[in-house]
Amino acid sequence: MSRAAEETNRRMLRARDAMDRDYARPLDVPALARIAHVSEAHFTRTFRATFGETPHRYLQRRRVERAMFLLRETDRSVTDICFDVGFGSPGTFSRTFRDIVGRSPRAYRKEAVATGVPTCFTMAWTRPSD
Amino acid sequence: MFNAITHSQIYVLDQDEALDFYVGKLGLEVAADVNLGFMRWLAVSVPGHPERQILLEKPGAPAMSEETAEQVRELVTKGAMGGWLILTTPDCRKTYETLLAQGVEFTEEPTERPYGIDCGLRDPFGNRLRFTQPAA
Repeated sequence: MSRAAEETNRRMLRARDAMDRDYARPLDVPALARIAHVSEAHFTRTFRATFGETPHRYLQRRRVERAMFLLRETDRSVTDICFDVGFGSPGTFSRTFRDIVGRSPRAYRKEAVATGVPTCFTMAWTRPSD
Repeated sequence: MFNAITHSQIYVLDQDEALDFYVGKLGLEVAADVNLGFMRWLAVSVPGHPERQILLEKPGAPAMSEETAEQVRELVTKGAMGGWLILTTPDCRKTYETLLAQGVEFTEEPTERPYGIDCGLRDPFGNRLRFTQPAA
């Protein structure tokens, strides 16, 4: 029982790692379920039970986190950043960003300060919470 | 007051599997492998540097209850246990190619950073490892 749960965790972690790595690519539930070696029907439910949020929400928050990073650390335009992190349209990007961060990408950029710590840490620690 | 870090610890779920990975694939050396009876003291180090060891500890009784050990195992496999190791390498891309060919599971390909070329992987249990080729 417990060994099976550990293997399930590991599979879900593999799918989550894929989202952290390939956030800019179109990752849908079938693709992620394949990475996790589970059926599509079980994937979303199991992921949520493992990490406390749906894969879709996790991926959105990862993309927004990467957008926050690029807004902070680069001069790229908001539109470029939207596509760089995997959103399909600037409208969806701005709406999702505002839902999660509470401010528009432009407002965020004005206030944000570059952090100067290793990227792997900012990636894990600055991902916006609900 | 202090002058060195000699030992660090991470949790592994199976010490033989851990040996295959840390020694067989990553090329670390066994610094100590002692059956203490109540536990197996298994530590690895970078070749030639036994002064800095990593204990590969299996969570379990009697150090912790079976229930707690199960929780620890769960956290390890969710990637939430910590178990952070950062190693250095003289050639990040070459090391990446070598390990990739051996089936090591990468979370990040070699990436240029201000501090060097950096790479991320997981051990078979879910612990996060990184290695960096420091900027010259």
